[in-house]
Amino acid sequence: MSERNRIPLGRTYALRVGDAFVPSSSGLTYAVNDSEGHFVAHAPLSSRKDARDAVVAARQAFSGWSSSPPESRGRNLLAIAEGLESRRSQFVTSVRQAEGADDRNAQEQVDAAVDRLVWYAGWADKIAAVVGHPNPVKGPYASTTTPEPVGVVAALAPQRSTLVGLVSIVAPLVVTGNTTVVLTSHERPLPALDLAQVIATSGTPAGVITLLSGDWRTVAPSLAGHMDVDGIDLTGAAGFVEGALHLEGEATENLKRVRQAPAHEPDWSQEPGLASMTAFMHIKTRWQALGT
Amino acid sequence: MVFEYAPAPESRDVVTVRESYGLFVDGAFTSADDTASSYAVIDPATEGHLTLVTEASTADVDAAVRSARGAYEGVWSALSGGDCARYLYRLARLVQERSRELAVLQTLETGTPVRQSRDADVPAAIAHLFHHAGWADKLRYAVPGRPDPRPRGVVAQILDRHSPVLSLTTRLAPALAAGNTVVLKPAATTPLTALLLAEICQQADLPPGVINVLTGSATVGDTLVSHPGLDHVAFAGSTEAARALSRQLAGRTTTRSLDVRGGTNHLFFDDAPADDAVEGIIGTLTRGDSARLLVQESEVGDVLERVRRRMSTLRVGDPLDNNTDVGPVRSAAQLARVEEFVAEAQAEGGERWSVDSQLPEQGFWFPPTLVTGGSRAHVLAREDVPGPLLAVATFRTPAEAVEKANNVPGVFSASVWTEKGSRGAWLADRLRAQVVWINAVHRTDPTAPDDGRHLVETYLR
Repeated sequence: MSERNRIPLGRTYALRVGDAFVPSSSGLTYAVNDSEGHFVAHAPLSSRKDARDAVVAARQAFSGWSSSPPESRGRNLLAIAEGLESRRSQFVTSVRQAEGADDRNAQEQVDAAVDRLVWYAGWADKIAAVVGHPNPVKGPYASTTTPEPVGVVAALAPQRSTLVGLVSIVAPLVVTGNTTVVLTSHERPLPALDLAQVIATSGTPAGVITLLSGDWRTVAPSLAGHMDVDGIDLTGAAGFVEGALHLEGEATENLKRVRQAPAHEPDWSQEPGLASMTAFMHIKTRWQALGT
Repeated sequence: MVFEYAPAPESRDVVTVRESYGLFVDGAFTSADDTASSYAVIDPATEGHLTLVTEASTADVDAAVRSARGAYEGVWSALSGGDCARYLYRLARLVQERSRELAVLQTLETGTPVRQSRDADVPAAIAHLFHHAGWADKLRYAVPGRPDPRPRGVVAQILDRHSPVLSLTTRLAPALAAGNTVVLKPAATTPLTALLLAEICQQADLPPGVINVLTGSATVGDTLVSHPGLDHVAFAGSTEAARALSRQLAGRTTTRSLDVRGGTNHLFFDDAPADDAVEGIIGTLTRGDSARLLVQESEVGDVLERVRRRMSTLRVGDPLDNNTDVGPVRSAAQLARVEEFVAEAQAEGGERWSVDSQLPEQGFWFPPTLVTGGSRAHVLAREDVPGPLLAVATFRTPAEAVEKANNVPGVFSASVWTEKGSRGAWLADRLRAQVVWINAVHRTDPTAPDDGRHLVETYLR
């Protein structure tokens, strides 16, 4: 039987919150179409409650994740890259449907996402050596400065680049030891929801990465104003000047670290540099007295 | 009550030792039929014959260097950082899959207790591979002020017998990640792990010539070093051998990195965490290494009592047994060196105390031994006499401890045992050691350079 005659089941995705796949607490889903307007699947319409639950999971995961050996965080990211690569054809389809790319472009996107994950995986046990340093202070003291993760970071995934853009936001946050709650692209959530399944089987602890599909404009304010969220990455709100400004305002309450929305969505094909990692790290300086 | 241990041998069936081995040149093993140029590898625990390996000829050395040059210019230096990383991650994964083989093989050829090989050396080796794989696509961040680093080119690596698996990978991984190709010359007595690693590189589909392995005596090393086609020579071994190598390289443009293995020093203060300190000191012995123990004078009686008691519980014997703490010395020559040291110490008035254990009749065995008194302790301070030896000296004040510890030519490592944070840090500042551990010993990590420098930076220009 040719594929053309086969009737699609019409999938409904679930959210991975904590260590379970669950429907949105709102009970709502929304229809996701491909770039040509054909129905592909239903995605959960995440609610503020889902976001709060995800923050609880992220907070619970933070102490273990941030104190795990950097090397093992790197291996976790590598496992996600391997999982993504082993499901390459699935993701090519998913990116092609979401972004309207041709097959070849979609393949390049998936490969670039794998490479980006591998690139960040290697940073896990190197970033501290590159941005940290000994301080040649005066007096009988040994002083060093090292970077540390800020904590739970909320992020808006890019609206257009569904996979490369997404991993370029998520990987630098978690490789440095943060845990994260990410709101996916509103209209193109399916590659992210597929990625959530890869993450679930990668050995990454529950709560480290939560990907929530839905409309960021309704959910993001509750994350921006959440007192147990330590930072928010607004890169995904590129171009939405008013929305981004509102979120920045909400974030001032507990002086969250904010990465502001750029005017345009970044060119994700460029090597990102270190800023994406250091944006959500703070530095700690140690002073150790010397004496007999 | 004394408990007897049942034998708990690690199976050696996991690894197949072939009857004879050729060299690994240009992506393939050369024929091993030519018995005229081969020599035997011996199991130091039994003096039993393990296999025959090939003594590389001058022509072999030339072929290996040419192959490495070809691979460097043709493939490896042109590879993108991302592709290089993918090769190395693949290599790391394969080494991980075959880790038990490597561990058992290292134990067979060196006599290192299998617990050490399997639970410490091989996992550390894998960690190095993963870590450096991660550098391959971010070299421009590796050296501050050098945004466009280049590989050195063809690198010769000449290694000693010490934990060969770790010694190999800690140098191979950064060299490959930095974009170099390698000609490797393992120690004459411990070539098998290097040959297995070559096989794994073959399995990982590394392009031919990226890594070549030449086995043989020190003469092969000399021939290799004198080859004009090298860009860099990396060496690990004794001070003496490093000196000879420097002499050979003098005046040549070939760059070099010499990792000289010095002695281990334990500095035991009156506020030391005694149990941890004793375990740390014992940890040196169970690696088959020697150490000088510098003890604050007020503590010396108590410390020696504790150390003797703990040494008496060490199990010396079959290195493949999972209960074994101390294996044999690695070769006949090294056993002779150990015996010579103890004889010299006794001649100078030192007192020898050895663990009373039933040593096998065959094999290069020496019991864990403590030397007190006399004046030979300083030898162990600068030289890693390759056996389970501990020699004791004393000091009165921290300043005197620093003076005594520093009063040796060459490099050394130091463990400082004190609960006072400011004192530990003060000593770390003042000791001229290449690595200082505070309330720890023998820690090694791919992110922390020790043993000289096995950094990706070493292999970049």
